[in-house]
Amino acid sequence: MTPADSPSIDRGPRDSGSSTASASPAGDTTSHLADAPADPAIRMRAFSAFYGDFQAVRAIDADIPERQVTAFIGPSGCGKSTLLRWINRMNDLVAEARAEGQLRLHGRDVLGKDVDAVELRRHVGMVFQKPNPFPKSIHDNVAFGPRLHLTMSRSDLDALVEWSLRKAALWDEVKDRLRKPALGLSGGQQQRLCIARAIAIEPRVLLMDEPCSALDPRSTVAIEDLIAELRRDYTIIIVTHNMQQAARASDFTAFLYEGTLVEFGPTRAIFTRPKEKQTENYITGRFG
Amino acid sequence: MNDEPHPPRIRYAPRSLARRRRIDRLFVGVCVATSAASIAVLVALLAAIVAQGYAQLNWRFIRSAPSPSIEEAGVWPALMGTIWVGAICAALALPTGVGTAILLEEYRPRRRWLRRLLGFIQLNIGNLAGVPSVVYGILGLTAFVNLFGLFGSPASPSWEIGARHFDQYLTEGDRVVLVPVAARDAPDAALVPGAVAFTPQGRRVDLNVIGPRDRLPRDEDLLERTVRSDSDGGRISREAWYHFRVPLGRGVLAGALTLALVTLPIVIIASQEALRAVPSSLREGALGLGATRWQVVWNVTLPAAVPGIMTGSILAISRAVGEAAPILIIAGIVYISTAPRHLVDDFSVLPLQIYNWAQRPQPGFHALAASGIVVLLVILLSFNAVAIFIRARAQNSR
Repeated sequence: MTPADSPSIDRGPRDSGSSTASASPAGDTTSHLADAPADPAIRMRAFSAFYGDFQAVRAIDADIPERQVTAFIGPSGCGKSTLLRWINRMNDLVAEARAEGQLRLHGRDVLGKDVDAVELRRHVGMVFQKPNPFPKSIHDNVAFGPRLHLTMSRSDLDALVEWSLRKAALWDEVKDRLRKPALGLSGGQQQRLCIARAIAIEPRVLLMDEPCSALDPRSTVAIEDLIAELRRDYTIIIVTHNMQQAARASDFTAFLYEGTLVEFGPTRAIFTRPKEKQTENYITGRFG
Repeated sequence: MNDEPHPPRIRYAPRSLARRRRIDRLFVGVCVATSAASIAVLVALLAAIVAQGYAQLNWRFIRSAPSPSIEEAGVWPALMGTIWVGAICAALALPTGVGTAILLEEYRPRRRWLRRLLGFIQLNIGNLAGVPSVVYGILGLTAFVNLFGLFGSPASPSWEIGARHFDQYLTEGDRVVLVPVAARDAPDAALVPGAVAFTPQGRRVDLNVIGPRDRLPRDEDLLERTVRSDSDGGRISREAWYHFRVPLGRGVLAGALTLALVTLPIVIIASQEALRAVPSSLREGALGLGATRWQVVWNVTLPAAVPGIMTGSILAISRAVGEAAPILIIAGIVYISTAPRHLVDDFSVLPLQIYNWAQRPQPGFHALAASGIVVLLVILLSFNAVAIFIRARAQNSR
């Protein structure tokens, strides 16, 4: 099955340029899989994603290592957010979205019709581009996830909330106003609250969709420090437009272009000795 | 698209800033004038009504039944009818309407034919919102009052509970004897000596039957339960608070169901708007934490939408409570002396009572109509006050 050959992709807006791009990763994907860990957190094989007739992700093979930070970079519309939103089946909300190929999370199928997305998302936390705390108190925001899945005593819940907030490096700032509305926090605090909310259900994987794009530089630094802290316990996948952020915060980097995975490897290697010309052009700012 | 290397030569003249300012001020003036006009009309109307109705407004007017005598007439049955109908209408239309809105907004199906079906429903809700309320009255008469004639008529219902039926016999003096019969439309009871009968007070007695020309017994106790064999009985029913029948007949519930139909499209549309206004980032946040769709709706979407839902819905229900036309068809103009006692009791509502008084020739009744309007307005304003209270509470809790 090679969806890249299907006529539908010819409707892509910049198709003339992509014909060369789609040819190269075929030889490349095998090489980067060679030095991938044996037991990856997420395994993709010939993974393709579509919105109706439009193919957003083209036959990607990748192994995302456990307890590491993996950054997806690439120009707008390259399919990195689509990829991310398939890992926790967030694309179920989009009526025309469908996927082909294999996508496995810790060995378990993600795409199958009988996969329970609710159960899946319990193990895959997500942090969004814009901080989206619920219009509830700080405490209730963090307690939201645990309350969905578990029943526990009030004191246990309080302890879990404190643990999550400490882990998200927010506890000291909010411990005196846990019952105050979360919307009263600053943007950076709100985003850390969303991270605390995500880790309160103790997921194994944390998906971050451009988590700093709506934040000022200081909050960005705080989030990046937090990511560095959290990588010991979680598999983190971060989508970012910010090249420096990918270089600073990630262990592995995947460069996507027009739905294909151009290059995937250790961040240091990608940023110092990119194998592909396209990658080099992108990270040096010559296009995109 | 454009092959010209340079922008074309454009001739222009500056627009006068003074003139723009003048237009701006003129625009504000027009806005003030139009809003002042509507407020002035409203104030004038209210003032006229209150001035006319003020004199009769007292507790006796509130608590009395309508009467041919202007001095004794009151609004109690109509007032209670309005409260019953309004409360039941809200209790029916709110959950149904909000539920439909949730289905249409939050449970977007992936299957195309289901999406088409929901689109069709959506279109029809929009159409129903524009149907005149009289039409709903006719519909309610067929559907609720008579249940399409499938289950007998209200006068001889196919099913009823909480009602006992009697033949009521009047004999010389002030004596009344009630002889139980099986159903509302059963044939007259046979007058047999020793049959079970009741006094109007509910005491059980044995029936004593005498011939048409026999002399009345002297004994008071015997006299109380004596009926002449040729006397004519009248059918009466004693209905308990839980009395219910199918079909519903011209009762409170039929009226409330009809008004619920009038309200429903507007409640659905208002609730949809309110749900749509909830940012989808909140839904995604909850789904991303592993919430089911129900958990998303109950914990996130609905609380955020409650203020909007309440505003729209209470406005719709207030409109419905002020409707006379559909209730006129359901209840008809009949004399009602008491507040409704059960769900299928005959009833009247304030708009009907007002209409009834206003169409009479005597000026005294016109004044009563004005007083009735004041009472109706107070009811509607308190409805709105409840809505504002709920909205404020929902907004404070975030």
